[in-house]
Amino acid sequence: MNHPQEAARFLANAKRAKWHDEALWFVRSKRDMAAADIPEWEQLRQQASQIKAHTIANLKTYLQQFEQKATDLGAHVHWARDASEHNTIVQSILRDHGARRIVKSKSMLTEECQLNPHLENAGFEITDTDLGEWIVQLRNEPPSHIVLPAIHIKKEEVGELFHQKLGTRQGSADPDYLTESARNTLRKSFLQADAAITGVNFAIAETGGIVICTNEGNADMGTGLPGLHIACMGIEKIIPRAEDLALFLRLLARSGTGQPITAYTAHHHGPRPDGQLHIVLVDNGRTEILKQEAFRNSLHCIRCGACMNTCPVYRRSGGHSYGYTIPGPIGSILASARDPKAFYTLPYASSLCGSCTDICPVNIDLHHQLLAWRSEITRQKILPLPKRLAMAALSHLMRRPRLYRLFGAISRSIGRAIPRTLLYCRFNVWGRQRELPPLPKKSFRRMFQQEAARREEKQHEK
Amino acid sequence: MKKNSMKSKQSILDSITDFESAAWELPPRATFGITYDDPIAQFSKILKTVGGTAIRVPNTQALLEELATLDFLAPASNIYSAIPEFLPSTVDLAHTDTPQQLHDLDVALVRGELAVAENGAVWVTDELLRHRVVLFIAEHVILIVSVASVLQNLHEAYEQLSFGKPQYGVFISGPSKTADIEQSLVFGAQGPRTLTVFLLDEEPAA
Amino acid sequence: MRVGLFIPCYIDQLYPNVGIATVRVLERFGVDVDFPENQTCCGQPMANIGCDRAAAPLAEQFFATFRHYEHVVCPSGSCTAMVRHHYQKYLGHHEGFETLRNSVYELCEFLTDVLHIGPLEGDFPHRVGIHQSCHGLRELRLAESSERVAKPFSKPHSLLESLRGIELVSLSRGDECCGFGGTFAVTQEAVSCSMGNDRIRDHEQAGTEILTGVDMSCLMHMEGLLRRQKKPMRVMHLAEILCQSGAHCR
Ligand code: SF4
Repeated sequence: MNHPQEAARFLANAKRAKWHDEALWFVRSKRDMAAADIPEWEQLRQQASQIKAHTIANLKTYLQQFEQKATDLGAHVHWARDASEHNTIVQSILRDHGARRIVKSKSMLTEECQLNPHLENAGFEITDTDLGEWIVQLRNEPPSHIVLPAIHIKKEEVGELFHQKLGTRQGSADPDYLTESARNTLRKSFLQADAAITGVNFAIAETGGIVICTNEGNADMGTGLPGLHIACMGIEKIIPRAEDLALFLRLLARSGTGQPITAYTAHHHGPRPDGQLHIVLVDNGRTEILKQEAFRNSLHCIRCGACMNTCPVYRRSGGHSYGYTIPGPIGSILASARDPKAFYTLPYASSLCGSCTDICPVNIDLHHQLLAWRSEITRQKILPLPKRLAMAALSHLMRRPRLYRLFGAISRSIGRAIPRTLLYCRFNVWGRQRELPPLPKKSFRRMFQQEAARREEKQHEK
Repeated sequence: MKKNSMKSKQSILDSITDFESAAWELPPRATFGITYDDPIAQFSKILKTVGGTAIRVPNTQALLEELATLDFLAPASNIYSAIPEFLPSTVDLAHTDTPQQLHDLDVALVRGELAVAENGAVWVTDELLRHRVVLFIAEHVILIVSVASVLQNLHEAYEQLSFGKPQYGVFISGPSKTADIEQSLVFGAQGPRTLTVFLLDEEPAA
Repeated sequence: MRVGLFIPCYIDQLYPNVGIATVRVLERFGVDVDFPENQTCCGQPMANIGCDRAAAPLAEQFFATFRHYEHVVCPSGSCTAMVRHHYQKYLGHHEGFETLRNSVYELCEFLTDVLHIGPLEGDFPHRVGIHQSCHGLRELRLAESSERVAKPFSKPHSLLESLRGIELVSLSRGDECCGFGGTFAVTQEAVSCSMGNDRIRDHEQAGTEILTGVDMSCLMHMEGLLRRQKKPMRVMHLAEILCQSGAHCR
């Protein structure tokens, strides 16, 4: 995976790239307005971050407490070391219940574990019921954003897709009409489903409950119909107390989409009287991140999507350019933790502008973590050798002020002398779309010295 | 729990070492929630922005009158009402064995325990609700909340809520909605197309 | 007062006039300027790409060069941020590093926070657009960023706004990144230029005649785009505006 290449491809369609940028900026602007309504916003971020830090520092205790409480309420708690174990557990629960048709609401964890292909291969019929997720499922592609899975798709394309798959009117791209058609089809899936799979936004250690947020109500439709509910969550979703939800819920939807809260915020404490609740706790690399102090607080993430919306690079390269389940700044950090070699271009897919850090509702120092990953990538010698050598050479030059002066002067005079075609040859990446600055005859230090000398002379004369 | 999962649990827990640090103490309960001079007005305003409707009524009589003006009620044939004095039910949950049977429910009317001014959310539980799916499968949902239980912000709400027993509870803020097609807001994505919240001044008889 | 002047390498080599303007402005406010000859580069390009072993010796060099100054002033937000926020891992072990760290100021900061110069007198009858460079903005907090919920302020604005005849434009995206980002400008050329062009468009719609800021690197990137596209918008470092306008205390 090579982010700059994918990004350039995305940008090649300038009109579409602009549309994408503006769609996400619109969401960012809504977020700004929602946040501005809350005078204690920065305090909320501060406190939420503190609670997350506390939880991560006591994760073992809280996980055990959660398991105990959830079990007391009648839920079944499962533990999965990695993605494949998670998938096996889910499959075996489904098999034990003779379930074949499954409705699934949004869960980045199941995306991360590639649950859908796993179950489909095993003969299960799985329907993603979040409209955006369903659209990308029908298109056979991964979501391009964690909160707005289909943000990269135009309504005309949805119209065409639905025309082919659902038989909607050809050429209709009216969101109302298309949403209504989806609703009708999905309603059948809900009614026929044997099991519901959901993600988890928060799991409360103190009470053993789980909280699931949606706008469409699709998670609740799922868990309210078939009696079997499987909730899949990464172990970092734990929070200590129910009252902490107040903080996180106040931040989550405002940060993500600019809503004061999602339309539905469901609190499940134990299974339905006539059903079963299975909660699968998944590690899949999280305990590894926990061990690395520099990257530990990336586990604070509540998956609001704000860092994507605000990221000027994400907006201009699209979620798919990252090649990882979670794109954007936080995705680049998590992908690096998964496989620094395969994803090594991602920490560099940032101008380090820091907008992500300022917007993150749980105060993750995202751009500093990206920088820390760059150090790690260099330390592990993953960064291509020529780049490392170039930096070493530059460092050597800069350590020798006199050589630096000489080199600067020579380069500038060469730069002024050589013909434009040579200066702007194809190796000059800077110069593809940009002029180089006009090269001055004298450096600053030269000018400064000369001036100082002149002054001294004057002083002398006096 | 299956044997394998047992082993995985141990291995996950073994790879976590809790580290104690004063820097990461659990902060005390937040005490800085925003408050409004007129929480009822704030609640109504926010609910409107998220696509719902809040109607304040002084008493049961006024509530009945307002109900009569809801245009989706007249043609509705399948109604579940938790408060028959307000609206008669045509659907009997006690005799509805599976939630799927509720697929053509037109209207659901239930009581909300509390409401939150800050975000226009109403807290509803399934304590007296055999099939909680009525809240989602109905085309139109009506919630009845006492004016006295409109709170300022979420912090206040969680102070009041308790989660000791097996139960389902949900904050509902507006009807079902999506903006997944080019950020165009559409109501009635999967669940209810409308949400009406009655704020009743006079405490409804339990 | 005597300060150590830190002129980043690219300003030294490519924009000497920015350095000179900085000297003039400081002198006008009664500050004596020292330019220690041993300085070169703060190591940001290397650190930015992750090559800590290449950056560390330059941090050492900076420390040796500037440690004895009570104040060090630099006309670049990102190089100042490098010292203040990223030198810890290279120099944390040095006694005296903390002192040095606290003594390094970006020019605007120095003028407003150390010299407390207040509203300025001067003439600059132009429509000026301020580019908030990200490191100045979010690492040095020269202004409040648009993401945070807090009382807005901006040191660059407050320095310029009292000049006679100046009109500061307002942008539709007040502090979006221009896409320079150091090596990013080259490794991510397509995204970088797209970001730069978007900033330029924003300034065009706002009627910017002169584009300014506290980081010549961001301005160099946008100037490169402007000049290639033969656009009339001009680029000046904030120090150049202060210098040219004859700005002085009231
Ligand atoms: S890192 Fe922060 S901003 Fe990004 S998705 Fe996670 S919580 Fe949201």
